[in-house]
Amino acid sequence: MTDNRVWDNRAWFFVLPVMVFVLFSSLLPMMTVVNYSVQDTMGQNNFFWNGAGWFANLLDSSTEAGQRFQGALLRNLIFSFVILAIEVPLGIAVSLCIPKRGWQVGAVLVVIALPLLIPYNVVGVIWQLFTRTDVGLLGASLNALHIPFDTRQDATSAWFTIVIMDVWHWSSMVALLCYAGLKAIPDAYYQAARIDGASRWAVFANIEFPKLRKVLVIGMLLRFMGSFMIYTEPFVVTGGGPGESTSFLSIDLVKTALGQVDLGNGAAMSLVYNLITLTVCWIFFTYTTHADQRKDA
Amino acid sequence: MDYLSEHLGWMAWTWQTMVFFGSIAACLAILTTLAVVRPETPRVGILGFATTRGDRFFVSLILAAFIFLFFIKIGGDNPLYPAVVALLMAAAMFRFA
Repeated sequence: MTDNRVWDNRAWFFVLPVMVFVLFSSLLPMMTVVNYSVQDTMGQNNFFWNGAGWFANLLDSSTEAGQRFQGALLRNLIFSFVILAIEVPLGIAVSLCIPKRGWQVGAVLVVIALPLLIPYNVVGVIWQLFTRTDVGLLGASLNALHIPFDTRQDATSAWFTIVIMDVWHWSSMVALLCYAGLKAIPDAYYQAARIDGASRWAVFANIEFPKLRKVLVIGMLLRFMGSFMIYTEPFVVTGGGPGESTSFLSIDLVKTALGQVDLGNGAAMSLVYNLITLTVCWIFFTYTTHADQRKDA
Repeated sequence: MDYLSEHLGWMAWTWQTMVFFGSIAACLAILTTLAVVRPETPRVGILGFATTRGDRFFVSLILAAFIFLFFIKIGGDNPLYPAVVALLMAAAMFRFA
C-alpha cells in the first residue's frame, strides 16, 4: 500500500503566534530573572556581576536569606503534605457517596462544585471574615466557648484556618475527579463482586481503588502544585503571619522581590523554586504517561 | 547595538547568561535538525521508561541544575568542576537512558 498523503509541514507556521506570545509572556521575563540572579544592582539599571553569590546565600542556612528561604520551603512542604493527606481521602469518601443515577446526580454535583467557582481572593476574604474574633462567626463563637483562637496572634489558629480553607476550596475537585473515575467502572464488575459475596471494603479495595489510581495521581499533582504555589488565600487571610508562620514560598518571594526590591535574592529564590516545581511536575507527568504504557505492554 | 542596549537594558544581559541561553538554543536547534534528518524511536534505558533525545536533554538540564546547586551548597569555588560532572552526567544520560 502506498502512502498518498501529502507531506506538508507548513501548518506549523500557525503555531508562530503562540510562540511569540510565550516568548513575551514567559521566556523573556524568565531570562531576565536568570540575568538578575547573577548580578547585583544599585538601581538605575546599573548592574554588577555577582556570580553564584545569591545562590550561595540562599542555600546557606546561616544567612538571613537562607534561613527565610529554607523556612518557607519547609512550611510549604508541610502544608502541601497536610492538605494532600486530608483532601485525597476526603475526596474519595465524598465521591463514593455521590448518587450514580437519578435527578440527585445533577443537584449534588452542582453543590459540590460551588467552592471551585469562587475566585481565590474571594475565598480569602470569606475566610478572613469568618475567622475574625469580633464579627466572624467561627472566630467569635470559638472565643465565646473559651477556645483560644486568633489568626492574627496565634500561629496554630492561622495554620488551622488556612488548611481548613484549602480543604473547603479544593476537596470538591478531588471528589469530582474520583467520581468521574468511578463512573468509568462497568456495572459488570459490581455484579461479579455481588455474586462472589464480596464485602463493601473488598469492592473498594479490589475494584474501585485500582480504577481510581490514575485520576488520583492527576488530582494529587494538581493539588500539590496548587498548594506549593499558593499565594492569594494566605495573603488575604494572614498576610503570611503571625510572624512568619504562614509565609509560604510565593509569599516570601513577593516580600523579597517586590516588597524589599531585593532583585538578586528574589531571582535566585524564584529559580530554585521553579526548579523544584519543574522537577516534581516532570516526575508526575512521566509517571502518569508511562504508567499506561507499562500496563499495555 | 545601541538600540538593543537602550531597549533591553531592563533585562540586564551579561555575556555569561547570553552564552548560557545561546547554548541551550543551539542544542534545541541541533535536536530539531536531528529529529528531521535522523528520526528516532523512543528507547527504554536505565530510567525504566521510553525516552527520546528531547527527554534525555531535559533530564540532563535538570540534573545539571541540581549538580550546580549542590556544588554551591557545599561551598565550591571553581564552576569548572560541576560543569565537568554535569557534562559527564549528560553524556551518560544520552548513552544509557
